[in-house]
Amino acid sequence: MELFTNQVLAGIATGAIYACMALAVVMIYQAIDHLNFAQGEMAMFSTFISWQLMQWGVPYWWSFLLTLAISFAGGILIERLLFKPLAKAPVLTNVAGFIALFAIVNSVAGLTWDFTIKQYPTPFGSSPFLGSQLISTHQVGMIGVTLLMLIGLYLFFQFTRIGLAMRAAAALPESARLVGVNTSWMIALGWGMASAIGAVAGILIAPVVFLEPNMMGGVLVYGFAAAVLGGLSSPLGAVMGGFLVGVFENLAGTYIPGVGNELKLPIALALIITVLVFKPAGLFGRAIVKRV
Amino acid sequence: MSAINLRLGAFAAALALLAATSSGALAQKKYDTGASDTEIKIGNIMPYSGPASAYGVIGKTEEAYFRKINAEGGINGRKINFISYDDAYSPPKTVEQARKLVESDEVLLVFNPLGTPPNTAIQKYLNSKKVPQLFVATGATKWNDPKDFPWTMGWQPNYQSESQIYAKYILKNHPNAKIGILYQNDDYGKDYLKGFKDGLGAKAASMIVLEESYEVSQPTIDSHIVKLKSSGADVFFNITTPKFAAQAIKKNAEIGWKPLHFLNNVSASIGSVMKPAGFENGQDIISSQYFKDPTDAQWKNDAAMKAWNEFLDKYYPEANRADASVMYAYIVSQGLVHVLKACGDDLTRANVMKQAASIKDLELNGLLPGVKVNTSATDFAPLSQLQLIRFKGENWERFGEILSGDVGG
Amino acid sequence: MSVAAEDTVTEAPAVEAVPKRAMTLGTGTSLVILAALLVTPVFVKNFVVFQMTMVMIYGIAVLALNILTGGSGQFSLGQSAFYALGAYTSAVLMENANMNYALTLPIAGLVSFGAGYLFGKPALRLTGIYLALATFALAVAMPQLLKLHFLEHWTGGVQGLTVMKPDAPFGLPIGQDKWLYYFTLAISVAIYVGSVNLLRSRSGRAFMSIRDNEIAASAMGVDVAQYKTLAFGVSAGITGIAGGLSAIVVAFVAPDSYTINLAIALFLGMVVGGVGWLPGSFVGAAFIIFVPNIAESISKGLSGAVFGVLLFIVIFLVPHGARQVAIVAQQMLGKLKK
Repeated sequence: MELFTNQVLAGIATGAIYACMALAVVMIYQAIDHLNFAQGEMAMFSTFISWQLMQWGVPYWWSFLLTLAISFAGGILIERLLFKPLAKAPVLTNVAGFIALFAIVNSVAGLTWDFTIKQYPTPFGSSPFLGSQLISTHQVGMIGVTLLMLIGLYLFFQFTRIGLAMRAAAALPESARLVGVNTSWMIALGWGMASAIGAVAGILIAPVVFLEPNMMGGVLVYGFAAAVLGGLSSPLGAVMGGFLVGVFENLAGTYIPGVGNELKLPIALALIITVLVFKPAGLFGRAIVKRV
Repeated sequence: MSAINLRLGAFAAALALLAATSSGALAQKKYDTGASDTEIKIGNIMPYSGPASAYGVIGKTEEAYFRKINAEGGINGRKINFISYDDAYSPPKTVEQARKLVESDEVLLVFNPLGTPPNTAIQKYLNSKKVPQLFVATGATKWNDPKDFPWTMGWQPNYQSESQIYAKYILKNHPNAKIGILYQNDDYGKDYLKGFKDGLGAKAASMIVLEESYEVSQPTIDSHIVKLKSSGADVFFNITTPKFAAQAIKKNAEIGWKPLHFLNNVSASIGSVMKPAGFENGQDIISSQYFKDPTDAQWKNDAAMKAWNEFLDKYYPEANRADASVMYAYIVSQGLVHVLKACGDDLTRANVMKQAASIKDLELNGLLPGVKVNTSATDFAPLSQLQLIRFKGENWERFGEILSGDVGG
Repeated sequence: MSVAAEDTVTEAPAVEAVPKRAMTLGTGTSLVILAALLVTPVFVKNFVVFQMTMVMIYGIAVLALNILTGGSGQFSLGQSAFYALGAYTSAVLMENANMNYALTLPIAGLVSFGAGYLFGKPALRLTGIYLALATFALAVAMPQLLKLHFLEHWTGGVQGLTVMKPDAPFGLPIGQDKWLYYFTLAISVAIYVGSVNLLRSRSGRAFMSIRDNEIAASAMGVDVAQYKTLAFGVSAGITGIAGGLSAIVVAFVAPDSYTINLAIALFLGMVVGGVGWLPGSFVGAAFIIFVPNIAESISKGLSGAVFGVLLFIVIFLVPHGARQVAIVAQQMLGKLKK
């Protein structure tokens, strides 16, 4: 029983990482209606920028804010320069573009900061939380920030003009244009916001997994899985999906005899696919009806 | 016309040969493909891109080292032409690149290609072509097999003999230990695991209470550490690469698990593991070494370390000196230079292997005091000595004898 | 905006319609290319022959993906799994059962077809991104499955399996590389012709109707479920044959050979070659083999970045891949004829 509680707690702690990343995934999905394979790498790059700023003597919170601003601008810039010209190209060509971006960002980061791991500070400390050694104050802080971002995103998408316009632009671009939404800039804005949220995710994840160019490779897979499980249209679903994947993966690794430990990730993914077969829009997503 | 020319040429060559052999004073120059009076072509394959790109720095350091050798006059007057290709750690690509090196670039030998699966993929090919696959960059045990693969030679102490050293230490000092193991689920992790179990012998089954494996794609290994702690193990054998090693050390401290901690040599680096993990979390960890950790302050005034720094300043200034791979590459490049020098003017592939297989007590810059390179016609494992070390304060403290753990392939 | 319980979306098809006649090359062009492929090995080094063999093998795998995506509109990032399955089937049969290499290929194809067909069943309910995730999961899981300790006896576990490279049969006076080149060429031609005929057949038309509009297709009496799983099975089977060939030609299989990177490479090959244009598969395969080599010759430290930049340049210039180039070329030729 103690092992069970411990694994659930550890799963929640790891799940917070996935949840963070899943939020960024949902953000970009809301803006451009598909997934960005380079998102993890962009988050990693942002984290390196903030690390570099701190190396140059910039205090933590200033580097944090600066990084958010740089990432936001960087996201918009990438969209304007690289993906706006591809707006008319087939979707699959865009996906190839994401893969190219992935390769570029990863390679440039590797050459600039090399592949040895870097320590990344946390503002929350890493002492045990409320006497439980399984969850540290950093992980609690991470969950807190994730929830704050979640509330922020919810309010943004439900109640602000710009948030509504962005959703409209992604879901029904033709109609959105007709009612006067500048869909092209909505997409750029979505890139910027997704990039900034990714930066927050990277900054929160780095103290746990250590900063290096391949830091986000594994995280992104889990982030996608979490977002898809929870429902790509729902920020709340993405966060819940993150925690569920984290906990489930740990329990599968601990309790499925024989192959559980060796096949943690495949088992977790298989479960997600099973869920999707029965709830194709994810646990919290809205069902989509196709019109002919 | 061309036939006549050819015959004349052959005649002249025969005359020259006659003159050379009859005079006797002139040393005989013999070359295989890839060597000439002016240059020696060396091939190499590294994962510059892809999942193992962290090791690409080995190829870059080697390239820098051979530039230094060339700037200093080369080897017996010949310049090294170092041709290094990227295989992205994908065995089919390794095969393509190896064939390009042998058939298109026509190198004399393939030096220090990285990784067990890539090397396995090209081993049969290179042996059938009789091209040396010299000093492979992997710690697998199988490279020491001169009978079946006379053209393949290992380099570093192999994983199995290293973990046997830990096993013997545990049997001697902690015979009632309950051991928990965390290992990477690939050829490297499994090789360590096998050596460890062999070392414990009959007691392996009763002493090992839990074996946990992880995949490199996992973001964290927290859940494994939690499980290991609740298994009640009091000895922890940590078979992980630097990132996961640092995570494990940190997580152990966070959850208050304080077993006797054995860390594999792969991650025994102060700069890239112990420091990021936090010095206070890594106290008393036991590991082993065969070369000097450049980030260890005890070597600050060491002559070899100074030479290393000078070399990097001049030829590879952007290198990260905390990266153990840079030191690794520096040492293995010296090994190759030694072999090529020993070949003299007989730069045939057979002679390269012959010289590589007759190294006696060679000391190289960067190796720990007492660690020497030794090979013979039946021993294709150049480095097989290790020194146990324990982490104290901010340094590795060496203890005990230099240990040798030869495990045959 | 009201918080409606359901969003209604008019979904544009992810893959544009390619008329079936535009999916192939003319007979004349095909024959010229075939003749060129037949004579090239005589003039080039063995290692180039080997590279060309690899291009054809990857080409077959990209073609298989093209049948799935370009033909039936389903998207897969899991082709590396079927490729691995085919490669291991061939390797295990050759090494453990001493079977003739050529005989292992149909078995590799059948095993992969079965796996693809079974996977296609549950995947039926998934579309777009969800299907991409499901197939992605398959690609991620495959290397881990190959490493499983209770399969180690057959698969060689993490170490992989080394395979004997076959010699030319009947004492033919050509080297291993050239023999395998012609062997692969023969299989490639057979698969290519078979695929073209498949897409022109009743099933092929059913595939394309699903791609263009699933609901309309089902309204017209196409058994959507049956044809979608069939497309998955056929695609997986062909990929499996490519995998089996690669095991024979590379003479080595290991979990590290079949990671998600392979699936991504095959996907890129399809996009660069032109989605839905079968001859483009081989152009795409050449891209994924040669462009990384070009990238690293430009910069070792930044080979990944150079590759990314080259890829961007290609998709900027020809967003529809090599197909676009072919169409332009055809139009220019047409003008000349006038």
